[in-house]
Amino acid sequence: MSQVCDYQKLDEILEKHRYDSASIIAILQETQEEYHYLPREAFDYYAQKLKMPIAKIFSIATFYENFSLEPKGKYVIKVCDGTACHVRKSVPVLDRLRKELGLTAGKVTTDDQLFTVEIVSCLGACGLAPAITVNEKVIGLLTPDKAAEILAELKEGESHAKA
Amino acid sequence: MQKLKNREELQAKSRFYKETLEKQKVKILVCAGTACVASGALAIYDAFLKLLQEKNIDCQLTLDDEKEKESIGLKRSGCHGFCEMGPLVRIEPWGYLYVKVQPEDCEEIVDVTVLGGRCLDRLTYKTEDKAYKTQEEIPFYKRQHRMVLQNCGHIDANSLDEYLAIGGYRTLEKALFDMTPEDVLKEMDAANLRGRGGGGFPTARKWRQVKRQTAEKKYVVCNGDEGDPGAFMDRSIMESDPHRLLEGMMLAAYAVGSDEGYIYVRAEYPLAVTRLNRAIKQAEAMGILGDNILGTDFSFRIHINRGAGAFVCGEGSALTASIEGKRGFPRVKPPRTVEQGLFDKPTVLNNVETFANVPMIIENGGQWFRGIGTDNSPGTKAFALTGNIANTGLIEVPMGITLREIIYDIGGGMRGGAEFKAVQIGGPSGGCLTREHLDLPLDFDKLQSAGAMIGSGGLVVMDEHTCMVEVARFFMGFTQNESCGKCIPCREGTKRMLEILERIVAGQGELSDIDLLLELADTVSSAALCGLGKTAPSPILSTIKYFRDEYEAHIVDKKCPTKNCQKLKMIVIDPQLCKGCSKCTRVCPVSAISGKIKEPYVIDQTKCIKCGACIETCPFGAIKED
Repeated sequence: MSQVCDYQKLDEILEKHRYDSASIIAILQETQEEYHYLPREAFDYYAQKLKMPIAKIFSIATFYENFSLEPKGKYVIKVCDGTACHVRKSVPVLDRLRKELGLTAGKVTTDDQLFTVEIVSCLGACGLAPAITVNEKVIGLLTPDKAAEILAELKEGESHAKA
Repeated sequence: MQKLKNREELQAKSRFYKETLEKQKVKILVCAGTACVASGALAIYDAFLKLLQEKNIDCQLTLDDEKEKESIGLKRSGCHGFCEMGPLVRIEPWGYLYVKVQPEDCEEIVDVTVLGGRCLDRLTYKTEDKAYKTQEEIPFYKRQHRMVLQNCGHIDANSLDEYLAIGGYRTLEKALFDMTPEDVLKEMDAANLRGRGGGGFPTARKWRQVKRQTAEKKYVVCNGDEGDPGAFMDRSIMESDPHRLLEGMMLAAYAVGSDEGYIYVRAEYPLAVTRLNRAIKQAEAMGILGDNILGTDFSFRIHINRGAGAFVCGEGSALTASIEGKRGFPRVKPPRTVEQGLFDKPTVLNNVETFANVPMIIENGGQWFRGIGTDNSPGTKAFALTGNIANTGLIEVPMGITLREIIYDIGGGMRGGAEFKAVQIGGPSGGCLTREHLDLPLDFDKLQSAGAMIGSGGLVVMDEHTCMVEVARFFMGFTQNESCGKCIPCREGTKRMLEILERIVAGQGELSDIDLLLELADTVSSAALCGLGKTAPSPILSTIKYFRDEYEAHIVDKKCPTKNCQKLKMIVIDPQLCKGCSKCTRVCPVSAISGKIKEPYVIDQTKCIKCGACIETCPFGAIKED
């Protein structure tokens, strides 16, 4: 198996939380911030270091929606489908994003690992409905066309970065 | 920084900051709430900073760098609440409010207003018939009564110094030195503050129950897991005035005898987490949080826990389980949280807005608080006003105000002049109120009798174009998704109710489905384990009660009266306009369109999946939804 994890990094996170198994949620959150998902090896490592059953860590990681066991794209786009966004037509924005990227409700990350599109229940930016976030940055008052433009800009930035 | 050792040092510090603040003859407040930041507020702050430096204008960013003479203050404030019009810039002492400001406007603002003292009319808020120079004149603000949100938008949200300058932590000092814990509880009794998280439970009673417990360790927990879609009151308080929340929690801790607190914040609120963390560090550095606060024997520490995306964690026992590092499952009560809460210890659990009310109650007295709002629901309530309304944003109004005043006076009526239909209050646990409730005074008890609840305070306004069956389906989809799965009534009940609703919006419902829904709703609300399940059927019950005809239209006529439900749409080709170009047949993914070239084409309704691709393609606008 290819080694995804930098164990030193995991140790740092554990250290910060004083190897306290009650802080497991925070530990997993920081791990996910580092890797954008929870690598398989981290579970074994934490189970051993925190002296807690690996099943328990899995049960936490699968209960909370923010945790992902699959790698996510470089740009994580969260489409708000809270009430305010919903009544101001967030679904067409979501549909357009998925259409442009060839994604569906079942397939959320593009094959080139660039984009992940997810639905969230409310970003609390209701004044700007419909809103999305691109890696935590809130963009509001969207239309399907504006969403497509944002994608185009991100893609263009990527091809420049490569060139 | 030197820690403050006694009340005199705190008073001296506050006085110093107050005097420094008073020397700022002009203050530029750039709104840095989530919504305005999204609209580009930080670029505006940077633009002001650069301009002031280029023009060699003496400006002050923190109160620590003492100025001999008058200067100009530049601040990133919390949310002004008028998110629709952001980015917002407020200029004091005049109170001018500039809306939708762009970085290129900054130079003119500096020249005309900051240096010239004149209002820049171009950027003020305007309605069709009137322009408003100052924030206070704008109808959106004029009818509000801002107490809890008093500082939001008026002070620097990142600064403890400014909170001290306007009298922050004065109430804590008063409680610690001039009041016993019992005195604090008495004021809370007198105030009759009811929990702002939805239930409306009297706060003082909760605190007394915790105080009565014999356990040595007690916790104070703040519920900042504001999960209701369409609600962002607590987010704004945490972002704009974090120290007020800390002060409220400390007063609770002092009253019940606790030395440790937790704030549980939603994962979706990164800015709130940052600001709260900063506020805690500042308060610790100054000796306002920590051991032996201000030299007394009162000690208190606060930790922040970030949620990880589970709506059910807004429920008390699920929230404490989550802080303990477990799955966020609610548990059977009793024992209640006040007896065995966090780590099985007696716990005060209140929401953000409730704690934010406490400092002003202790400062001005319970009787004063009683004078605001209604008899049974004193005080104010913050609402997040969203949906199809002209002015969306955060508002705070006295309890007992009518919906009509909120929607038409503050909210400016419906967006685009459409007809008002209903307002969803209390999120997925609440119900809808209709035209007949427009003059109902909003308070805890009146709403309950109308089959709705204040909830955490989300107000989603819906116009005539909204399909109420689809709204019920939307909320059921939400609760079904968020059901934790522990108890069967909620896990299975929400799933079946959702299935039935999905059937109805797809035109496959039967009339008996309405009765089935009502029966399921009754079972789930009486048998579910926690509040999430118990209230999950509320949107169904209230939409059936007030909009039964819409359900029947979907079921009997197979029509969505508002033409929202995709599957009930009919797409037709107008033979008068169709030129028979055949373009549409090529984009139709299911080959539902057929015809002869240069003759009108037709759509086979049995094949059509209503995707709308043909509508976009037709060069003659001949294809329409019927």
